[in-house]
Parts: sequence; structure tokens; C-alpha cells
Amino acid sequence: MGMHIAFWVLSLLAVAAAVGVIWQKNLFRAVLFLVLCFFAIAGIFVTLSADFLAAAQLIINVGAVAILMIMSIMLTREITSGSPSNMLGLPALAVTGILAAAIIMVSSSASWLLSPSSPVESTTGALATILFNNEGFIFLIQLAALLVLVTIIGAIVLLKEEE
Amino acid sequence: MPGLEHYLILSALLFCIGLTGAIIKRNAVVILMCIEIMLAGVNVAMVAFSRFITPLQLGGQLFTIFIIIVAAAEVAIGLAIILALYRKRQTVDTEKTDFLKW
Amino acid sequence: MMSNIPEIVFWLIPGLPLAAFGIVFLGLRVLRLKSGFAALLSVSATAASFGLSLWTGISMLSAPGTSSLDGFNWFSSGNAITVDIGLLINPLTAIMLVVVSTVSLLVQIYSIGYMRGDNALNRYFSFISLFTFAMLFMVMSNNLLVMFMAWELVGLCSYLLIGFWFHRPKAASAAKKAFFVTRIGDFGFLAAILILFSSTGTFSIEGIHQAAASGIVSSAAITWAALGIFFGAMGKSAQFPLHTWLPDAMEGPTPVSALIHAATMVAAGVFLVARMFPLFEYSETALSTVAIVGGITALLAATIALVMWDIKKVLAYSTISQLGYMMLGIGLGGPGVALFHLFTHAFFKALLFMGAGSVNHSTGTLDMRNMGGLARYMPWTCITFVIGALSLSGIWPLAGFFSKEEILAAALEGQPVLFAIALLTVFITAFYMFRAVFTTFGGSYRGRSKPHESSAAMLLPMLVMAVLAVCAGWLNATGAIDSLLDDGTKHAWTTGIFGVFTHSLTWISLLMAAAGIFLAWAIYVKRWFSAERISSRFALPYFFFINKYWFDEIYNIIIGNKLLNKGIFSFFEKLDERVIDGAVNGIARLTSSTGSFVRRAQNGRLQTYLLFFAAGLAILVLMMVIIS
Repeated sequence: MGMHIAFWVLSLLAVAAAVGVIWQKNLFRAVLFLVLCFFAIAGIFVTLSADFLAAAQLIINVGAVAILMIMSIMLTREITSGSPSNMLGLPALAVTGILAAAIIMVSSSASWLLSPSSPVESTTGALATILFNNEGFIFLIQLAALLVLVTIIGAIVLLKEEE
Repeated sequence: MPGLEHYLILSALLFCIGLTGAIIKRNAVVILMCIEIMLAGVNVAMVAFSRFITPLQLGGQLFTIFIIIVAAAEVAIGLAIILALYRKRQTVDTEKTDFLKW
Repeated sequence: MMSNIPEIVFWLIPGLPLAAFGIVFLGLRVLRLKSGFAALLSVSATAASFGLSLWTGISMLSAPGTSSLDGFNWFSSGNAITVDIGLLINPLTAIMLVVVSTVSLLVQIYSIGYMRGDNALNRYFSFISLFTFAMLFMVMSNNLLVMFMAWELVGLCSYLLIGFWFHRPKAASAAKKAFFVTRIGDFGFLAAILILFSSTGTFSIEGIHQAAASGIVSSAAITWAALGIFFGAMGKSAQFPLHTWLPDAMEGPTPVSALIHAATMVAAGVFLVARMFPLFEYSETALSTVAIVGGITALLAATIALVMWDIKKVLAYSTISQLGYMMLGIGLGGPGVALFHLFTHAFFKALLFMGAGSVNHSTGTLDMRNMGGLARYMPWTCITFVIGALSLSGIWPLAGFFSKEEILAAALEGQPVLFAIALLTVFITAFYMFRAVFTTFGGSYRGRSKPHESSAAMLLPMLVMAVLAVCAGWLNATGAIDSLLDDGTKHAWTTGIFGVFTHSLTWISLLMAAAGIFLAWAIYVKRWFSAERISSRFALPYFFFINKYWFDEIYNIIIGNKLLNKGIFSFFEKLDERVIDGAVNGIARLTSSTGSFVRRAQNGRLQTYLLFFAAGLAILVLMMVIIS
């Protein structure tokens, strides 16, 4: 029962915050809505007993990404013009509405092969075992590290002042 | 305990809201934010699958970790591009950056 | 029968000219032969096949019969269609072989003199050799499809040789006209071949005859096939109403006219009808059509010949008229009568053309108004030409008399109206021939250039031909040719030559011919009557004759202009402009307008693309929902 309440509250919050990101004309408030949305999603992760992910979500998305967003808003100095919409509102709504309806229809009508066993509690250790195991994803983790490195270098190159 | 369907519906809603925003917003930073919302929606679905279908193997959570890594990288690069664009054209309005055409 | 002749001989008869054609044709560009060598090669190949043909003919006379050579398989399609290239040698073929190879040989020798100095002699001799091959092969082939092929090849040679001096626009257009008009007839022939194949299942001539005799072919099919074959013959043999190409064909070199358009190719139609005569025997309709068309052609062409001033045109219309005679003969009296006339006609008409060529060579003109008095300058030409004219007019004891006599006799038995036409034509023929003789050779010379007698290379073949024009008729004095082709009875040669005077028909026809000659003498030598006076007295028929009954004009206006230009061609032009071009332009316009509409989507805003992308995704998901 507690789970239900938590789920419903968090999902409503997440959806409302997502709508708020779009709805809000003020850029700073939009970012704040985004942060709220990420918080709610972290909560959703907790209800799914993914505790490590919830933490990662908070640290990376709320901590790093949102701050980055705020910084770039400041750097682009576009606060005065706000966050207007273009002319594609209605067709976009129609398309995404149909898409959402279709996905909802499929996912609710499909018969999922649900597993009866209860999930792993405290996933941090288990995830670490899988990720850094020699038979596991160690190579991919190293690739991801490389990707982040390349990203940093790329960002620097892109933003380097031209003489 | 809410069922898998509930999480999937939430995921679909988040994804589509993010998509709508990505299509209709004119500020490039907001578009990037909407893309983050779409990715978050996907993450919800991943974790939900992991929880309800393979609760002992954590495959979905692994995917989510990689998605978060790639998303972070993407935000970094995306914001760099936006700043570079702003530096060149003094705007991040997508209505004014339509030089990719016939 | 005919076992004394090895098979290879039959193959060599058409094969030698073909080989000569190949060598000479290659010699045009590749081997760079001297033209004298080309002529020598061509003539000697034809001479050899003449010798072999003569051998065939003589052994056929002594031991008549039919021999069929299977030859080799050309192609077969499934089990239904097998086409062999084989030979069928029967008396008919033997006669044609002799005629074709004789005339071809003499004309080629004559050409050496006539064409001297022409800068395209190799081409000329290669075409003549090809023609000789095609003609010989056509008369020998045992298969309608192969025969049709040779038939078309003959037409092609005719085209090539009429247009030999293709730099003259008249020659080029005459060649085209000949090709087109005969092609109309060929359509009938081809249709007949298809009808026969679909109803008998074979292309073999003997097979078709057997099928027709056994009665498995419906009489309607036989009639249509026979009419189709006759239609083909009408085109090739210049029968009314497809006769208009032959006078124009006179634009070709005169030896060509002598060989192709007087003696051999134009007679191919008659030969074809004779070859397929067993079919015609089963169709009264077809036979009477043949006779009536022949009769009309004979009279019509003769009347036009009355008023022509071009000596070759006179001879051309005369040829049409005589071919009409042959058709008349075949329709009323069977192939024997017609083939005999074909036989004699080939010689005397080729002789007349050679004479005309000789005259043309020395005076440089074909217009008889610019000739006259040539007997003094060209005695040999004059003598041979007069012999030819007498033979054509049917004067005893020349060749033309005997053959024409048989046709008249057949007509008298068969159809009184056609007999009257034939008899009238005898009179007209004699008149126009001697009109030509008197205006060309009689009186005083009216031209400008100085006439001279032709060279030996031209005179020699003319003399040989003159002998043949006199004697060819005697071959049948004992009824030999008749008995070869029909089941005639043999009799003593004196009966054949002198016995004719016991019939009143002989006297009538001789009287008509003599009257014609006398009238021509009276008008053009003695000038008792003025030709102009007569033509103005009979203004209306003269008007008809001089305009050749407006056949060309009618064809030009009705078929050429109304039906083709304004009808079919403009229909297709419109169709091309509106429908085909319209479709192409429409597609182009549709593409361009679609493009200019769709390019609005390509507005450079990534979000628009994202919208379409999302729409595509939505459609895909929806499709999967609907399918599952």
C-alpha cells in the first residue's frame, strides 16, 4: 500500500515536472522543474529497488547535468527571450499523443513473463561484481571511460577561442 | 506494489512529453533538457523490466548505467555545440538556425 | 527419275551466285577487287549455274518427274514447327531455272558493256549475283517459309538495284515505292503462309498440296490462302491495282530492268501462283479472281502504254500487260499456259529492254520524241528490237505467237468477256510496240547527240536473246512443255508449228496483231492520220491514258494523304504529342511539382525533421499494433 502511494505520488510529480519543463517560459524555472523531475525519477528507481541507480541519478543528473544546463543558460544570455514554442505545437502533440497511446496500448495488452522472485536488495555490490568482473562488462566500462574522455576533449576543442 | 504496466505507462508518458518538448521548443538548451527527459523515461522502462522480469540479473540496471554515462557525455557535447553556435550567431533560437536546407 | 544428276548440282545452282556475291561484296571494301574481276567472277558463276540449270532442264525434258531434297534443318521450335531448307525440283522449277539463269547470264554480259565506266561496278555485280541467287533459290525451295525469305531477298535486290543510282532523287524514291508497294502484296503472302500453317501444320509445299488434296483443310481456308498468295503475286508481278511501282522502277539501270523488272522477278508472282496451283484448283473463287485481275491488268496497262513517250515506260507497261496475260492464262487455262508465256516473254521482253538500253546508251535519252531514224545508225539494235516487237505482238512463227495463242485459246474456252479483252489487248500491244519501233528507228533523227552502234558486249547477248525470242516457242512445238506442266499430249512438231493455221483463232489473232502494226505504220510512218488529231478526237480516253488512270494520284491522295498522313500518321502524331509526350511531361511536371511541394519540408529546421521522424515512429508502432 505504501508502495502504491509512493509510486503514484512520484509518477505524478515526475510527469507534472516534465510538463512544467515545457510549459515554463522562464528558463531558470524550467531547469528547476527538470531537477524536480530527476528527483522524482530517482524516487521511482527506489520503488524499483534500484538503490545504486537512484544515487547515480541524483549525483549525475541532478548534480552535474542540471548545473551544466544552468551554466549554459547563463552563458548564452537568452533569459530575456525566455523559452518560446514554434509553430509545430499541434502536429507535435498529435504525433506524440498517438505514439504514447500506441505504446501504452502495447505495453498494457502484452502478456509479460513476470518473474515471481523478489529482487536483489542492495544492488551496489551486485552491480560492481557484474561491471568489474573479468567475464563481465569491464571492457565496456573502459570504453565508456574513453567516451567520457573524448567528450571532454571534444567540448574543449569546440569551445576553444579562435585566434 | 504497482505492476510493470504502470511503470511502462509512466515511461511512455515521460518519453512522449520529452519528445513533444524537443519538437516544439525553440531554445536549444530547453531542447537538450527535453532530450534528458526522454532518456529518463527510457531509464524508467529499463529498470522496470529489470525489476519485474529478471530481478536477479540486473541487466536492465546495467543498461541504465550506460545510458546515464552516454547522456552525460551527450549533454556535455551538446552544450558545447550550443555555446559554439551562440558564439557564432549570437542566438540559440532554432527558428533562426535553419541554414541546413535546400 | 533424274537419277543421272547428283544432288550437289541442285545445291550448286543457287550456291555459285551466292558465293560470287559473297566474294564480290567483300571485294567492295575488304579485298579491293578490280571491277573487271568482279564482273568476270559474277558472270562465270552465273554461267556455271546456267550450265547446271540447262542440264537439269534437259534431263527433265527427257525424264519428267519431281525430286525433293530434304536438305538440312534450319530451325525447329518444339515439336510443332520444323523448318527445313530443302529443294523441290519439278518441271516448273526446271523451266524457271533455265529462264532465270539464261536471262541472268545474258544480262550480266550485257551489263559489262552497258555499265562500263560506272564507278560502282563491284556493288552492281554483287547485287546482281545476290539477285540471281535469291531468284534461283526461290524457285527451288520446297518450303513456303524459306521461299518467302528468298522472295523478300529478291525484293530487296530489286530495291537495291532500282536505287542503284541513289544519288538521283527519282531513283531513290522509285526504289522506296517499289519496296513499299510490293510489301503490301507480301503481307498477303505471309498471311496465306500463316493460314496454311495453322490449317495444315506444315510449311512444306508438297505437304500443303497433299493436305489440300486429302480434304482436311476447309474450303474457306483454301480460298483465303489462295487469295493471299495471289495478293503476294499481285505485288511482285505488278498486277492491278498494285502495278504502280513497276513503271517507276525504270529509274534503275536498264539491264536491271531487263533482268528483274521484265524477265524474272516480276514473273515470280506468276511462278508462285503456278507453284501453289494445286491450292487454286480447289477454289473456284480464287481462280476466277486471278483471271479477272489478270484480264483487267492486261488491258489497263496496254492502254497506258499507248500514250507513253518514254521507251522504257512503254516497255514497263507492256510488261505489266503481259503479266496480266499470264495471270489470265493461269486463271483460265492452268499453269502450263502461263508458264509457257512466262518462258517466251522473259526472252523477248529482256531483248526489248536490252534494245532500249542500247538506244539509251547511244542517244543519251529515253524519250522517243528525241529519237527517230536510228535504224541507219544502229542496224543490229534495230533488227533485234524489231524481232522482239514482233515476238511480243504475236506474229507467227516467233515465240510470242505460240504462247499468246495458248492463252487466247484458254480464254476462248473459259470466258468470252476475258477473251474479248485479251484479243483487244493483242491489237493494242501490236500497235504500241510498233509505234515505239517506228518512232525510234523510223523517220529521221531528232536528237542532238550523235548516235552510234553499241559495243559487242551488248550486241552479243542481244543477238542470242533475239535467237531465243524467235525459237523459244518451238520448244513447245511437240507439246513438250505443256506435257511437262499439265497433262497435255505430245504430237509431231509440224502440227505444233504449222497446224495452228487450221484454227480460226490463229487467223483472228494474227489479223488483230497485223491490224495493230498496220495502224502504227499508217500513223507514224505514212502519217495518213495525225496522232494529235486522233488523241484530240478521243480526248476523254486519251485523258485517262496519259494520266495513267490517276492511280498514283489516287493512292497519294486517298491512301497517302487522307488515310496515312491525315489519318493514321496524324493520329499517331497526336497520340505521340498528347499521350506519350503528355505522359512523359506529366510525370516530369508531377515530379517537379511534388518536389517543389515536398521541399517545403526540407526547411532546414531540425525539429521539423524530428517531427516527421516521430510521425514515422508512430506509424510503425501503430502498424505493429494493428498487425498483432
